Amino acid sequence: MFDELRDLYQEVIFDHNRNPRNFRVMEDADRQVEGFNPLCGDRLTLYLKMDGEVIKDVSFQGSGCAISTASVSLMTEIIKGMTEQQAAELFKKFHEMTTGKDENLQLEALGKLAVLAGVREYPARVKCATLAWHTLDAALKNQHTPVSTE
Amino acid sequence: MTHFPVEKIRADFPILAQKIRGKDLVYLDNAASCQKPNAVIDAIGDLYRNDYANIHRGVHTLSVRSTDKFEGARGKVRDFINAASEKEIVFVRGATEAINLVAQSYGRANIRAGDEILITGMEHHSNIVPWQLLCEQTGAVLKVAPINRKGELIYEAFDALLSEKTRLVAVAHMSNALGTINPVEKIIAAAHARSVPVLLDGAQAAPHMKVDVKALDCDFYAFSGHKLYGPSGIGVLYGKQALLEAMPPYQGGGDMIRKVTFEKSDYNKLPYKFEAGTPSIADVVGLGAAIDYLNAVGMENVAAYEAELLDYATERARNIDGLTIIGEAAQKGAILSFVLENVHPHDIGTMLDSLGIAIRAGHHCAMPVMDFFEVPATARASFAMYNTRAEIDVLMQGIESLIKVFG
Repeated sequence: MFDELRDLYQEVIFDHNRNPRNFRVMEDADRQVEGFNPLCGDRLTLYLKMDGEVIKDVSFQGSGCAISTASVSLMTEIIKGMTEQQAAELFKKFHEMTTGKDENLQLEALGKLAVLAGVREYPARVKCATLAWHTLDAALKNQHTPVSTE
Repeated sequence: MTHFPVEKIRADFPILAQKIRGKDLVYLDNAASCQKPNAVIDAIGDLYRNDYANIHRGVHTLSVRSTDKFEGARGKVRDFINAASEKEIVFVRGATEAINLVAQSYGRANIRAGDEILITGMEHHSNIVPWQLLCEQTGAVLKVAPINRKGELIYEAFDALLSEKTRLVAVAHMSNALGTINPVEKIIAAAHARSVPVLLDGAQAAPHMKVDVKALDCDFYAFSGHKLYGPSGIGVLYGKQALLEAMPPYQGGGDMIRKVTFEKSDYNKLPYKFEAGTPSIADVVGLGAAIDYLNAVGMENVAAYEAELLDYATERARNIDGLTIIGEAAQKGAILSFVLENVHPHDIGTMLDSLGIAIRAGHHCAMPVMDFFEVPATARASFAMYNTRAEIDVLMQGIESLIKVFG
């Protein structure tokens, strides 16, 4: 019945929505940033534990739609163990994938995150996918003010 | 089911006969804005093709024709809400501007530091923020009468908040997020007993029920054209003549003055005092055509038919496991706000869109209502006179299917 939505709602997204990874409060976090999408009410808190330049641990709490929940869940899996620099580069690539017009996008470089490429066709849903990453961007820049997509 | 010529009505709305993503459009976002019948579209086209010029003071034929049509529409609005005089009908951009006009004109002239403005917990942002701005400017205090879990105003609490400090009561006639119809007769009687004027936000009510401002005895009534099957960008502020006469102008400019010198300007008579600048002439004419259309159908018939649609939709929705209706007031208009246990409203919106169904997902410009029910957002299906039971079936089947997909 929802065949044409398969590009947007892939099975991986349903899986992460049902069972979000790293979904917990981190008591000893070094960095903690709030993200908010006023358009749909999505809220999340991102926690980072750093070891020098390396993201040693990452977790989140919050509520959102399937796209937003899957996006933050996937992000936490992928950035764990990355350096700040690597995570910032991935943010840039992710942003290009979800908002860019580049037809020759190298989805391979994004690995698992490529399942979110479908939001490109749904302008109203792009912010759902990017909220997590804007929040991460603020955390990497050591900002503590809440991030808003609007 | 009452005989209601819904198929004939549907045929008058050209936009409805289309496919969205390969499926028949099911338009259920009427509380946000209604679609337009040919009569409205044609009235606007006819004016621009044949009769258009700027109105008032024109001596040439086109200006006279446009003025007649424009002022003719004012007469239609007067009749539609049963106002005493056309002087009480002020054209504005919409209900939002109407409320801002009252806040800035009536409010700034009559409300002082320590005075209170009383609203309810179910208001749209447009009946909250203009009062907050006024409170910031004057030092007045905004009081909010609470609602219960069914989404109804707790009348006793409202009554208790009415005090000798209250200078104005502003309430929704019908809530956009919950569908609740407020006991406005009781509210107005209680406020008037304390000599407090009442503004009704009629943006949702006006398209769905007969509004009689004389019988209601409200002091101000605000509504929008675009929710009334008319054009967007046009709306009406009704105000009792004595109140409007005493109020200072809201905006300065052309048409609202009688005489201007660099020392002083004399303001025009009602309602022109509040209509600065060239108005949205064609949209006013379009609104007049929408009112003609609704009168031909009959507001009582519209209300009865929509009540049946809402009953049917509510009954179907109650049979869906995991669906919770937000807003179950005893007195309710044709709005079905709901949440699903495992599916976020935004996902519901995208999923239903793929089936050709247009609903709204979000906070519906009523964030305090979302906070009260402790939901980030709701999905809202809102019905109009051109919707059918068959469309409600499509909606409910869609909801049942997407629940399965999300598992």
